[in-house]
Amino acid sequence: MIGKLDIVTLQQIWWILCSVVGSLFLFLNFVQGGQTLLWQVARDEREKALVINSLGRKWELTFTTLVLFGGALFAAFPKFYATSFGGAYWVWMLILFTFILQAVSYEYRKKPENLLGARTYEAFLLVNGSVGILLVGAAVGTFFTGSNFILNDYNQVTWTSRLRGVEAAFSLFNLSFGLFLVFNARVLGAMYLVNNIDFTGARELEARIRKSCLTSFLLALPFLLYVVVALLLIDGFGTDTNGVVSMVANKYLHNLLAMPAVLVLLLAGLFLVILGVTRTGLGTTTNGIWFGGLGTVLVGLAIFFTAGFNNTPFYPSKVDLQSSLTIYNASSSHYTLTAMSYVALFIPLVLGYIAYVWRLMDGRKIGAADIGDKKAY
Amino acid sequence: MVEIDLATVNWARAQFTLTAMYHWLFVPITLGLSFLCAFYETIYVRTGNEEWKRLTKFWMTLFGINFVIGIATGIILEFEFGTNWSNYSWMVGDIFGAPLAIEGIFAFFLEATFFVVMFFGWDRVSKNFHLFSTWMVAIGSNLSALWILVANGWMQYPVGMTFNPDNARFEMENFWEVLFSPVAISKFTHATTSSFVVGALFVIAISSYYLLKGRHVRMAQRSIAVASVFGLLAGIATAITGDESAYENASHQPMKLAAYEGLYDGGRGVDIVAFGLLTPGKRPGDGQDPFLFEISIPKGLSLLATRELNGFVPGINDLVYGNAAEGIAPVQEKIDRGKVAIADFAAYKEASKAGDETARAAALARFTPNQPYLGFGYLNSPEEVVPSVASIYYSFHIMVYVGSFIIFLLLLFLWAVKSGRLGEQRWLLRLGIVSFFLTYFASEMGWVVAEVGRQPWAIQDMLTVKMASTQIAAGHVQTTVVMFFVVFTVLLLAEAKIMLRQIKIGPEEV
Ligand code: HDD
Ligand code: HEM
Ligand code: HEM
Repeated sequence: MIGKLDIVTLQQIWWILCSVVGSLFLFLNFVQGGQTLLWQVARDEREKALVINSLGRKWELTFTTLVLFGGALFAAFPKFYATSFGGAYWVWMLILFTFILQAVSYEYRKKPENLLGARTYEAFLLVNGSVGILLVGAAVGTFFTGSNFILNDYNQVTWTSRLRGVEAAFSLFNLSFGLFLVFNARVLGAMYLVNNIDFTGARELEARIRKSCLTSFLLALPFLLYVVVALLLIDGFGTDTNGVVSMVANKYLHNLLAMPAVLVLLLAGLFLVILGVTRTGLGTTTNGIWFGGLGTVLVGLAIFFTAGFNNTPFYPSKVDLQSSLTIYNASSSHYTLTAMSYVALFIPLVLGYIAYVWRLMDGRKIGAADIGDKKAY
Repeated sequence: MVEIDLATVNWARAQFTLTAMYHWLFVPITLGLSFLCAFYETIYVRTGNEEWKRLTKFWMTLFGINFVIGIATGIILEFEFGTNWSNYSWMVGDIFGAPLAIEGIFAFFLEATFFVVMFFGWDRVSKNFHLFSTWMVAIGSNLSALWILVANGWMQYPVGMTFNPDNARFEMENFWEVLFSPVAISKFTHATTSSFVVGALFVIAISSYYLLKGRHVRMAQRSIAVASVFGLLAGIATAITGDESAYENASHQPMKLAAYEGLYDGGRGVDIVAFGLLTPGKRPGDGQDPFLFEISIPKGLSLLATRELNGFVPGINDLVYGNAAEGIAPVQEKIDRGKVAIADFAAYKEASKAGDETARAAALARFTPNQPYLGFGYLNSPEEVVPSVASIYYSFHIMVYVGSFIIFLLLLFLWAVKSGRLGEQRWLLRLGIVSFFLTYFASEMGWVVAEVGRQPWAIQDMLTVKMASTQIAAGHVQTTVVMFFVVFTVLLLAEAKIMLRQIKIGPEEV
């Protein structure tokens, strides 16, 4: 069946798949959000241990999703992989550095003779959760604001800014988007912790976490509003029937109106996030993360769909409009997309066992027994 | 095409070398130790003996310390293809990206998901599900080796693809050819089995240390018993798959084989140098004797490379300057055809842009027969196709000596275990500790043979390393190289300190 799909359909399927992986990454950023909450909500070693051990059961999933996001883009949209990673060199390098630091921090923080001391590893976690996510946001923001590259006849990249991608963080839009992601990650982090920790004997910790869910959301709000309003007002990049790229007034507003399903995703997502916030921040329930998580995934999908569908180049070039990448000119060949689609049939199986193990392992919440264990983080 | 800055290329190479070598410090232990943990836990579940459980937990602690830094150093490699080799990523991404994505879907999630159960699931899931998870981590790790080595095998021997001039890239035509390429298979089997040896020696070295100190004696003996059987089998498999790798080199990368064997003048029934010192400063075609001193085995190389005593094995000179009798074209001829191909390709691009159909078709007709030599067009002289002979000659020989020695050593360990004399043979225990470092070194040297031997090609005969690079000022890459060096070294020191401390603490005893 897959063998019969035409290339355009496959390209669209793969944009959807990459969007799903990217959106799941944004949801799983609750780990990063939790890392930035650590120093605010946990007042003593015991509380810290509860938070870190709870996050420590999940950090690898987020990390691996980032790796898969890179791999999936490489396989399905190699021109994006080559252009963006080679071009916006410093943004990606800095993001990677923060993830390198994160990877060792959970395991090494509490081990005796760990060279750097627990505080340093906690600082690594903070850097990963703040700077790392901010830069991820700035990089994704360039899907709308454009980048500084030129492709020649052989598709080799020239980047025209000496900052090699870091310039993205100096755009108000990208910066706001990044900050929104940082605060949203904190919202999710609080929701997850409330869900995952057994607060017996640590009620104050619970209260602080619930409160931080609310404050983080209030801090996220202005950035969110700015991003949404700007998105509806700015000129965007559009392609005509011949693939020629030009600036189009209110392009992204048009995209949302032309694709009502995406608009619904966006609104439903925002609604669910708000619902999750009220449940965690104002209520006493523990299931806010499922609302906030699903909401984040839906918002993420809406963002990626707005960036890539409806004749929109998802990786536009500001300096040379015709170099802009669309899901049609940046993709792999028909053969490769077909082969990869067969592989993608296994994704539900992977999601299935992840969900199964998650449920199995979280059947009992993280409590005193877990942080007393010798293996505890 | 854009101008190439050689300084950038060299720094990018330095960066890849540094990060890959660091990654490979942790990968072999992960690959080997994950299976050993699975064996130990299986014995525990089968026998119900708590001592095996404590033993398993101890090795798992060390496994975890090593595993996370393996992950930290791996993520950068995944993205380095894009950041440093962006032209490469574009030109071969259609083929090369697939295994990387599949690795993520199939292998990394297995590792990431079940690692958590393996560590924190002891009293959260059933005994059998825990055991299952440990096996999944082992299988996941080794699956990730499969996919990345399929990718690497393809760089060494590109199959299943064609060149698409409109996109200026190679495109996949046959996925199965890529997956079941004989080079990919010999790489996968050799890299995994050799890593099992490293993992086994890791266990043996630490256990030997305990025995020498008279601590944790029973646990150390049990660990060694399993590890030496596993290591011996893996060691034998390493030798077999290594031989297979060399045989594949003979068919697909004869220059690499000639260089690591130090063979300048090929022929029929050629000897193999078992031990020899290279003549320093020797260049292709200069007529000097390649060796200052050598001990050879008659017809050995022909047998190894062609599986026939009188088979023809080309030497470096044959491959560079051609050998008409054996049907080998000189490199200069390929370079000339490559330069023609570059010019016709440019003409094709010009005509396409101008919309001139006749000129376009004509340029394509001229380009097509020379297309296979396109990569050669970027070489300046025929001698450039010769990799650094000394580095890979010595690396290769160290690897083989260690490989042979390890089989012998593991036989001794097995004998000592069987006869119950392990504790008395202090020299053997000391040798066990030293040998861990030897195999470690051999393992890194294996990659030097494979990767330096591939130079100057990024994709064998298709794309040179210098054309594969990102266009970026060298200073940027230089800065990140220094950053990586500092960060990875600090993390490595932290890892080593933590590891040593945990070894000092040792397993729990009742
Ligand atoms: C033969 C095996 C092998 C080889 C040649 C490589 N790796 Fe590796 N990699 C592994 C075997 C492995 C592993 C055993 O699966 C690791 C190492 C330690 C670990 O924890 O997992 C791993 C971890 C690892 C991770 C982290 C995975 C995660 O999120 O859990 C990434 C992204 C990569 N690797 C990527 C690469 C790339 C791009 C390579 C090529 C240059 C590479 N590795 C060479
Ligand atoms: C982890 C084990 C590996 C080690 C230790 C290793 C080692 C090396 C070394 C020493 C170099 C530098 C060669 C030179 O510039 O002279 C290199 C380059 C490179 N390797 Fe590997 N390698 C490993 C795995 C891989 C794999 C699995 C791939 C591909 C899938 C790969 C792809 C490359 C590329 C693209 C370069 C840069 C271009 C070049 O210099 O040829 N390497 N590697
Ligand atoms: C016993 C005799 C051995 C032989 C004949 C042998 C042969 C080879 C050959 C020919 C290569 C190059 C493959 C290529 O470029 O395609 C290679 C690579 C390699 N060897 Fe060995 N080897 C031996 C032992 C060992 C040992 C003991 C180790 C480590 C414990 C080891 C680890 C490696 C590694 C990691 C590579 C790079 C991965 C690869 O290319 O497969 N080898 N070996």
